[in-house]
Amino acid sequence: MDLFEYQAKELFAEYGVPIPQGKVATTPQEARQIAEEFAAARPGAKPLVVIKAQVKTGGRGKAGGVKLADTPEEAEEKASRILGMDIKGHTVHSVLVAGDTDIAQEFYLSFLLDRSDRTFLSMCTVEGGMEIEDLARERPHALARIPVNALSGVDHAKALEIVRAGRLPEAAQEAAAQLAERLWAVFTDEDATLVEVNPLVLTGDGQVIALDAKVSLDDNAAFRQDWDRFADPSAVDPIEARAKAKHLNYVKLDGEVGIIGNGAGLVMSTLDVVAYAGEDFGGVRPANFLDIGGGASAEVMANGLDIVLSDPSVRSVLVNVFGGITSCDAVANGIVSAIGMLEERGEPVRLPIVVRLDGNNAAEGRRILDEAGIPVVEQVATMDDAARRAAELAASAPTGV
Amino acid sequence: MAIFLNADSRIIVQGITGSEGRKHGARMIAAGAKVVGGTNPRKAGQTVELSGVEVPVFGTVAEAMAATAANVSVIFVPEAGTKGAVIEAIDAEIPLAIVITEGVPVHDSAEFWAYAVAKGNKTRIVGPNCPGVASPGKSNAGIIPADITTEGRIGLVSKSGTLTYQMMYELRDIGFSTAVGIGGDPIIGTTHIDCLQAFQDDPETDAIVMIGEIGGDAEERAAAYIEKHVTKPVVAYVAGFTAPEGKTMGHAGAIISGSAGTAQAKKEALEKVGVRVGRTPSETARLTREVMQAG
Repeated sequence: MDLFEYQAKELFAEYGVPIPQGKVATTPQEARQIAEEFAAARPGAKPLVVIKAQVKTGGRGKAGGVKLADTPEEAEEKASRILGMDIKGHTVHSVLVAGDTDIAQEFYLSFLLDRSDRTFLSMCTVEGGMEIEDLARERPHALARIPVNALSGVDHAKALEIVRAGRLPEAAQEAAAQLAERLWAVFTDEDATLVEVNPLVLTGDGQVIALDAKVSLDDNAAFRQDWDRFADPSAVDPIEARAKAKHLNYVKLDGEVGIIGNGAGLVMSTLDVVAYAGEDFGGVRPANFLDIGGGASAEVMANGLDIVLSDPSVRSVLVNVFGGITSCDAVANGIVSAIGMLEERGEPVRLPIVVRLDGNNAAEGRRILDEAGIPVVEQVATMDDAARRAAELAASAPTGV
Repeated sequence: MAIFLNADSRIIVQGITGSEGRKHGARMIAAGAKVVGGTNPRKAGQTVELSGVEVPVFGTVAEAMAATAANVSVIFVPEAGTKGAVIEAIDAEIPLAIVITEGVPVHDSAEFWAYAVAKGNKTRIVGPNCPGVASPGKSNAGIIPADITTEGRIGLVSKSGTLTYQMMYELRDIGFSTAVGIGGDPIIGTTHIDCLQAFQDDPETDAIVMIGEIGGDAEERAAAYIEKHVTKPVVAYVAGFTAPEGKTMGHAGAIISGSAGTAQAKKEALEKVGVRVGRTPSETARLTREVMQAG
C-alpha cells in the first residue's frame, strides 16, 4: 500500500523526522483557510504557501500539480485549479497546503528493499530534487548505494556512513544523519518497503528537513499494524472493494473475458493465454484477475462468479482450474452449485462460461459438469483451447447482454 | 539422487498440531515421505496421528533432531510466528528448512535471511510462501500433490505453485527428478540460481524447466548464470505479460514497478542466452518434451 505525501509526513512527524508545517484541504475554501493561518503567523511572507496535489504517483510538478501562492486568495484560486486534475490517471481529491521553505540545498535519501541481495538498501546523494531514476541511469556514480543489514540496522555511525557516502556537505551531515536514523525507525517499525525523501533539504538557517515524503507499506504486515487510518476509499474500484469484503483476491482489468482460476501463477498465466488468443478475435482481453485459492468450495466459486459477472464489460467467463490438492470433482460440484446458488438469488447466469478442468480426478469432474447439463457451461480440455474459446465467445457476444 | 530431498530425508513439521500441519503432514506420509516428528512447544511429549502413524511432538527443533535424526523441517507456523520458527530451525542447524507459510511480512523474511547468513548458511531455506520440494518416488516435503506426476529426469524450479503442478502433470509421462517451489515473495531463501546450480550438478537430471513471473530481476540474474555455468538444456516460462504496472497479482513479489520486472524483459534475457521460452504453459511442456526426446 502506498501512502499519500501528507500521510507519509504524519508518520514522519510521529517519529520526529522534521517536516515543513502544513495541512490537507479537500476544497479551495479549506486551502484558503489554511493559508490564512500561515498569513497570520508570518505576515508578509512571500511566497506564503506551496499547494501540492496529493496523488500516489510521481511527476506532480511537471503536470502542474504543485503551485506557489502569495496570498490566501491566491491559495484558494490555485487549489481550485489543482483539485480535480488528472495526473497520470490519478484524480486529485486533496491538496497539501504547506508553509514555504527557504531552500539552500537539495539532497536525496531513501531506505528500500533490495530483492536481489535479499537485504535492505539505503540510497543517498547530494544531487537531490531531480527524478532519481534519471540520476541512477545517467550518472550512477553520483548515487551512493549502501547495504543495510536487517539485524544490525541503522545506528548513528551507520547513518553518518550513509550521508557521507552520498557526499552531503559537512554542515548538513550531523542533522541529516539524525534524520536518517529516525527514518530507519519509520521503515522498520511501520513495516515499510520504501521510505523516500526527495528532496531532503538544507534550509537557509541550517536545518535539515524532509520536504517531500514517499512511503510504501508491506500489505503482509497489516495484521500487526494499525493501517485503517490510511484507507483511501476514493481509489478503490467498487468491484475490487466488494471482492475484498468477500476475501477474494481480485484485480479489475480492462478487457471482456472474466477469469477465475486457482493459484496466483496459474491465473496470471491464464490472463496471458487469453490475451494471446484474443489477438485473433478483435483484441479481446482479460477483464480481471481472480484467484480463488486452493480449496474451491461451492460458496467461494459462487462468490467468485458473482463478482466477475458484476463487471458490465464481461462478455464471457473462463474458469481455469488445475486440481492439485483440491480434486476436480469437488471443483465441478462447486461450479454446479454456484450456478444454482446464483439462480436462487435471482441472478441467473446468462453469459457463456468456458470451463477447463485438469489434474486430479479431472475425468470425474468433467462427467459431473456434463451430467449437470447447464446450457451456459461449455467444457474445453486444454488451457490454450479453453482460452481461445472464451475469447471467441467474448468477441461474438452481442453488446449489452 | 535428486536435489535437496531424497528417499533418506527425515522430515519434521514445525506446527504439526495445527490444521495445515496435520493435513499436509498426513499427505506427506501417504506420499511415502519419512515424517519422523513435529514441534509445538505447548504439546511436547504428545503424539499426533497422521495417515495411521503416531508421530511424536517435540518442544523444539533441536530436541526433535536429537531424538529422530531429522534433517528437513517443513514450516507451517502462521505468519505472526514464522520468523521465530525459522530462526529456531537455523539455531538447530537443520540442513533444510522449507517455509510454506504465506503472508510473511517482508521485514521478517529479511531478518531470518540475515540471521541465516550470519550463522554461516548452515541451513538451506526454501520459501517462504512456497509449495515445497518434491522428489517423486523418493520424498515429498511441503504441499505439492504427490500423485500428479512420476519419477523421471526433468528438474523443475518455479516461483508459482499451481503452475508447477500444471507442468508436472503435463509431463507426467516423462517425470521429474525434483521439483522445487521457491515461492513468489520479494525475499526468498533458495533462488532460481541455487536450483540451476544443483540441477546442473545432479547426475539424475537431464534438463531443467524454470518457471518465473513478473517482479524483481531473479530471472535476468538466472539468465546470466545459465550463460556461464549451465550446460544442460533449460526451458523457461514467464507469467504476467498482461499484468499492468503497479498492481500486485496475488504474490507479494509479483508487481511491476516502473520499467523493472516485466515479463517481456525476462523472456528476452532468457532467450538471449539460448533458453527456449514457451508462450504458454502447454507450449513450455511441449518444448521440454522435445528437449527430452532429442537428448
